Amino acid sequence: MKEEVVIGLEIHIQLMTKAKMFCHCSTDYIGKEPNTNTCPVCLGLPGSLPVLNKKVLEFAIRTAVALNCKINQISRFHRKNYFYPDLPKAYQISQYDIPLGINGYMEISLPESKEKHRIGITRVHIEEDAGKLVHKGNIDSSSYSLVDYNRCGIPLAEIVTEPDFCSPEEARIFLVKLRSIVQHLGVCDGNMEEGSMRCDANVSIRDAKTGALGTKVEIKNMNSFKAVKKALQFEVNRQKKLLDEGEKIVQETRHWDESNNVTVSMRSKEEAHDYRYFPEPDLLPIKVDVKMIDKIRKSLPELPEARRERFIENYQIPEYDAEILTSSKALGDYYEKATSLYHNSKVLSNWIMGELMRYLNEEKIEIKDSPISPEKLVEMLKLMDGGVISGKMAKNVFEKMFKTGRDASQIVKESGITQITDENELFEVIDNVIKENPKSVNNFNEGKEKALNYLVGQVMRYTKGRAKPDFVFKAIKQRIKK
Amino acid sequence: MTLNQLTAHEVINLIRKKKITAYEVMQDIFNQIDKVDNLIRAFLVLNKEEALKQSKEIDIKVKNGEKLPPLAGVAVAVKDIIVTRGTETTCGSKILKGFIPPYNATVINRLKEAGAIIIGKTNMDEFAMGSSTENSAFGPTHNPWDLERVPGGSSGGSTAAVAADETFVALGTDTGGSIRQPASLCGMVGLKPTYGRVSRYGLVAYASSLDQIGPITKDVTDCALLMKVISGHDNMDSTSVNLEVPDYLKSCQEGIKDLKIGVPKEYFIEGIDPEVKDALDKALKVFEKLGAKIEEASLPHTEYSLPAYYLIATAEASSNLARYDGVQYGYRVEDYEDLSFMYQRTRSKGFGSEVKRRIMLGTYALSSGYYDAYYLKAQKVRTLIKEDFDKAFEKYDILITPTSPTPAFKLKEKVSDPLTMYLSDIYTVPINLAGIPAISLNCGYSKSNLPIGLQIIGKHFSEETILRTAYNFEKHSDVEKKKPEMKPAKCKEVVE
Amino acid sequence: MTEKIITKKEVEYVAKLAKLEFDEIEKKEFTSQLNSILDYFKKLNELNTEKVEPTAYVISMPNLLNEDEVKPSLPQEEVLSKAKYVKKGYFKVPKIM
Repeated sequence: MKEEVVIGLEIHIQLMTKAKMFCHCSTDYIGKEPNTNTCPVCLGLPGSLPVLNKKVLEFAIRTAVALNCKINQISRFHRKNYFYPDLPKAYQISQYDIPLGINGYMEISLPESKEKHRIGITRVHIEEDAGKLVHKGNIDSSSYSLVDYNRCGIPLAEIVTEPDFCSPEEARIFLVKLRSIVQHLGVCDGNMEEGSMRCDANVSIRDAKTGALGTKVEIKNMNSFKAVKKALQFEVNRQKKLLDEGEKIVQETRHWDESNNVTVSMRSKEEAHDYRYFPEPDLLPIKVDVKMIDKIRKSLPELPEARRERFIENYQIPEYDAEILTSSKALGDYYEKATSLYHNSKVLSNWIMGELMRYLNEEKIEIKDSPISPEKLVEMLKLMDGGVISGKMAKNVFEKMFKTGRDASQIVKESGITQITDENELFEVIDNVIKENPKSVNNFNEGKEKALNYLVGQVMRYTKGRAKPDFVFKAIKQRIKK
Repeated sequence: MTLNQLTAHEVINLIRKKKITAYEVMQDIFNQIDKVDNLIRAFLVLNKEEALKQSKEIDIKVKNGEKLPPLAGVAVAVKDIIVTRGTETTCGSKILKGFIPPYNATVINRLKEAGAIIIGKTNMDEFAMGSSTENSAFGPTHNPWDLERVPGGSSGGSTAAVAADETFVALGTDTGGSIRQPASLCGMVGLKPTYGRVSRYGLVAYASSLDQIGPITKDVTDCALLMKVISGHDNMDSTSVNLEVPDYLKSCQEGIKDLKIGVPKEYFIEGIDPEVKDALDKALKVFEKLGAKIEEASLPHTEYSLPAYYLIATAEASSNLARYDGVQYGYRVEDYEDLSFMYQRTRSKGFGSEVKRRIMLGTYALSSGYYDAYYLKAQKVRTLIKEDFDKAFEKYDILITPTSPTPAFKLKEKVSDPLTMYLSDIYTVPINLAGIPAISLNCGYSKSNLPIGLQIIGKHFSEETILRTAYNFEKHSDVEKKKPEMKPAKCKEVVE
Repeated sequence: MTEKIITKKEVEYVAKLAKLEFDEIEKKEFTSQLNSILDYFKKLNELNTEKVEPTAYVISMPNLLNEDEVKPSLPQEEVLSKAKYVKKGYFKVPKIM
């Protein structure tokens, strides 16, 4: 059987409003002591009622518009009823039959082929987040669980794609782009590791000849883009193998086990849920008029694609550079700040994509927390331009700047590694080197160019790299001729 | 005559005129509670010390010549389904025993701002599910007019407390008639506002699209007073309407000449007690004398209200009550193998049988495969019932019906058959489905001296009209204004 | 005798959904009571509601939307004070089998 991979994604993003979805508790819950960020509403205390935060609506519409969705002018909330300790009301306020946005799309670009592939967005809707369960030890061996409701009521937007992905790599590319988009929109920081962006997937194998759809398997617990790609690849292989062996695929939910790099069946822990959805009586239907949608559409912040095009045009940098520099909002912001302070945008691009990203990745630091700010980077580049330090020295200075957070000028001053600009000082060294290396001088006079390099190297050694190579070359030739 | 026997507006007036002190009034209130509540069992919790303290504070204000808020010194009893910060709120249920809310319901804050003094929490059918207050986990309340009979429900405690002069006014809640039916059975005035008129923030939910908080009082004037204080938009309740609150008291005083009254024929079917029908007929004559025009009306879908109500209310209740699991507060069992058993055992032991019955019905009505046939169907029938009223109000200003098909029935008479109990709501339930306001007030007594109630129904946000109608009836009818005797000798079972 | 609308097995399933448990006697009683109630509800089928819209909301109003502003949360002790079992600031619940 010729097999085609069919993948659909379900992504949840935490919306970066100041207050929670239905109450005024802060959304800044990470790292807080348990149960210190709650109130009667998000705790679901008897008698409490929800009131929608208008920013949540605005952010969700922004997201749906950026994903080219049709916005339903009237949408409504439903209750999804089930029992679980992290759900204090024993129901989640979500959207069911009439979500906020439908029928959207996002185009992704496959890197090698440069082909564009349109991914359909089935729906974008809003719902509240649940609390967190903490287990002593392993979820299986623990005799009790601990519940923290701080996260209850955090606003989420759920984005469901059509099963349009043909490979795990496509899914990964989509997620990277989606993250960049929501960052640029200012609605979510897209951090999978911290849980502000979560992804579940549906995987099946379609018979290419007959077009018959395969059985869908749901994959959960993928906590990074890398994990998504690995998990999906594993699952695709697992299903293909079973089908090749003539086995049937069981419809079930499987968890990605990061430590063992496998998907594991959760069937024993899952029961088919009857959620008994019904319209939420405590909230009236959400009315969004055309004026509001237009206003939001017109005031959309610059999206990554548009920013990339603008970078290419304004800063005259290649597409490759622009693509990387706009892959996250923070990185793009860094670059733009730097270009506002320095004329050579390609040099900036090189340093940022090269040295800066290298150190940031090594130390696992986000660009927003970079010890070298755009201002500091530019200061260093200006020292280079002024000849105070050479290109090679700059790399050392950069490393020190990154590790200590100090300015280039401070570092250079303290280590005394400025280039020697005093010609007399240089000539003194040059004369010494010539005196000490008569053999090399002779070789040069006999036409051996290599000997000159050796002499220059000696000067560099004596000056501990502080001599300007160009000058030394000229000066030695001059002296020898004399 | 003791001060607790007055009405709220009389007390307010006397306090302002410095004829009596708020403290004296409060003392009389608590003396009465001491005297009769072991017979009536209206209260679950009393705030005596705090109440007396607050009454003294009012007296200081009076002494200093300070401006007094509208309900200064008025004792208010609150149905235990409305959360009060720092005071236990049980909803008449074992599962919430020991639950002390960290916040006040909006209506409580409004009452306090108005100078009212909350004297305690009253008994009720568990989670407002019932029509007799016999479903309380803490024992029934007794009707002051006949201690062997029910006060009605689910706001039985609040109503009995007012009828027994243990408080001036009380707050009740009405989802299917729970203010109006006990008001009728105890001879008091009870008003269910238009849905959205009074904030539900802090009202422990039974059926979210039907619940409303309302006043239970000795007369219409007090009712209008209380309505003015508790009504109005609330930012904490998305279903509370942003409409100005009229001066209900002022508009009461106008006459009802030319008022067009419809009397729906479907409310006078078999099962109605002949004495109730009689009292209604007499009452209608009063309206005629006052210049109103009375005609027979029709609400053709009336007979479908009860099943529609019970499907919608129980469905919403099954979801609203799912949060009671012993984790954050309240009752929790000790023996269980795991979480699932802890949940189901806590809930099964913590809830009474009527509550469990309704949760089961509601869960079934929403479950996969049955949603369309039951819940959705009921919501569609609800539209038809609402349209009946819309059409009727094109022709009439108000509708008049009996509140309850019978006067107060005996304790334990209807507990064995749930359906029989449900049928006592037949006249009140359609009003909740349509979301319109209605008031019940006394229009006579049966031969055994049991009150009979009259229900006045208006269209959305017409509380002014129904209060005015009620006020005029109260003023001009010849219904005897008397108080229940509450003879302890009559009842042998009660004193345990 | 009313024909059975809901069976004992269905009652057991609904009880599971609602997280309630009953002994055999209660199950029998409930099944019988629920059947008479549901039988009474059959009345609704007398009405043709094909073209009728359900009333999901009794009132119609513009959206009530709150400002995106943070207000103080409840103090931890108050949140935990009513619970029977707490540990280190968390609510403690038995394991999920």
